[in-house]
Amino acid sequence: MEIIISNDSKIPIYEQIKEQIKSKIITNDLKEGNILPSIRTLAKDLRCSVITTKNAYEELEKEGYIKSMPGKGFFVCEINKDLAKEEQLNKIEVLLDKAIDIAKINGITKKEIKEIIDILYEEDK
Amino acid sequence: MEYILEVNNVSKKYDTFALKDVSFKLPKGMIMGFIGENGAGKTTTIKIILDIIKTYEGNIKIFGQDKNTELNKDIGVVLDDAFFPEILTPKDIDIIMQDIYENWDSKLYNDYLNKFNLQNKPIKTFSKGMRKKLEIITALSHHPKLLILDEPTSGLDPVGRSEIIDIFQDFIQNEDCSILFSTHITTDLEHIADYITFINNGEIVLSKTSDEILNNFGIVKCSEKEFKKVDKKDYLKYRLNACDYELLVENKKDFKKKYDFKIIDKITLDELMVMMIKGE
Repeated sequence: MEIIISNDSKIPIYEQIKEQIKSKIITNDLKEGNILPSIRTLAKDLRCSVITTKNAYEELEKEGYIKSMPGKGFFVCEINKDLAKEEQLNKIEVLLDKAIDIAKINGITKKEIKEIIDILYEEDK
Repeated sequence: MEYILEVNNVSKKYDTFALKDVSFKLPKGMIMGFIGENGAGKTTTIKIILDIIKTYEGNIKIFGQDKNTELNKDIGVVLDDAFFPEILTPKDIDIIMQDIYENWDSKLYNDYLNKFNLQNKPIKTFSKGMRKKLEIITALSHHPKLLILDEPTSGLDPVGRSEIIDIFQDFIQNEDCSILFSTHITTDLEHIADYITFINNGEIVLSKTSDEILNNFGIVKCSEKEFKKVDKKDYLKYRLNACDYELLVENKKDFKKKYDFKIIDKITLDELMVMMIKGE
């Protein structure tokens, strides 16, 4: 499982792990019923503490993305893809809202913002 | 939670130094980093846990039992100031240890020797890093449940330290096993230690999960004018530098909510140590 952790980021490591697994589930990279690496294996693979991976898994479980089966490990749950996507869209909305605030204060037009989005979107591809 | 090691109110007086009421607990399956300045009491505490220092006040429980020599077979130890005679070879150590430990695993030991490329030559020809690795794999080869190491990474280069960290993470793949290791090289611990216990001047200053420290603690940097606005109870320590004030805060988010200061940096264990020791 590919997970890339930045030790330099302001985002706590458990949260980085959580978000990356979540996005793998949403994009169907991890499918329902797939087994996740154990807490200890993942800690070793990522060179982080056991408590860190444990926190990440516990939060994913709380949010309904994965499920622990005692003695067997953690499995990907069936999720409501629409709901999960909705959650991500909300996040984007919050960020864009900030961008639009800055634009309005400085007299930048909708068209100019759309151009930026177009450029950035293509760049990432 | 099940604890593999409990240190309860341990005190020990010397002429010029004292351990005062030292307490901390290490749960099963976890790595605890034991940090502090040189001379803060790390080695003394470890020697008390290991029964090398026998008289002290307080109580120590290992695997849930009061400390006794019967438990030693399940403890692996690496001390900073003890080593095998230099004329011995790894093969000699294998033979000696078979007599000492009934659960000595000769195969595991030899697998480790191969893995770390330790050849069968007298120890006097080994570099410092090779000696340390040999000590650690010796400590591991009788299948201990608790590994106690005093400064296992000091004097090693970054590559050697990273190899040793790998051994530690391998070891706790078994969730019945725990590690206590002291160090003043805190970068080794930052990511892999589950708990950090910090001793200063013979007293435990802090014992928490490293996630709690690294995710919540922070360093606020501000001007004198801003500093004067801050309530004393909202920071643990402060330092006046040439150009700014630095405050150690226990919860970055709470602080940010209350004060609208621009710079709140995340903390490293090094900075935590310096602030705790040098701050007012």
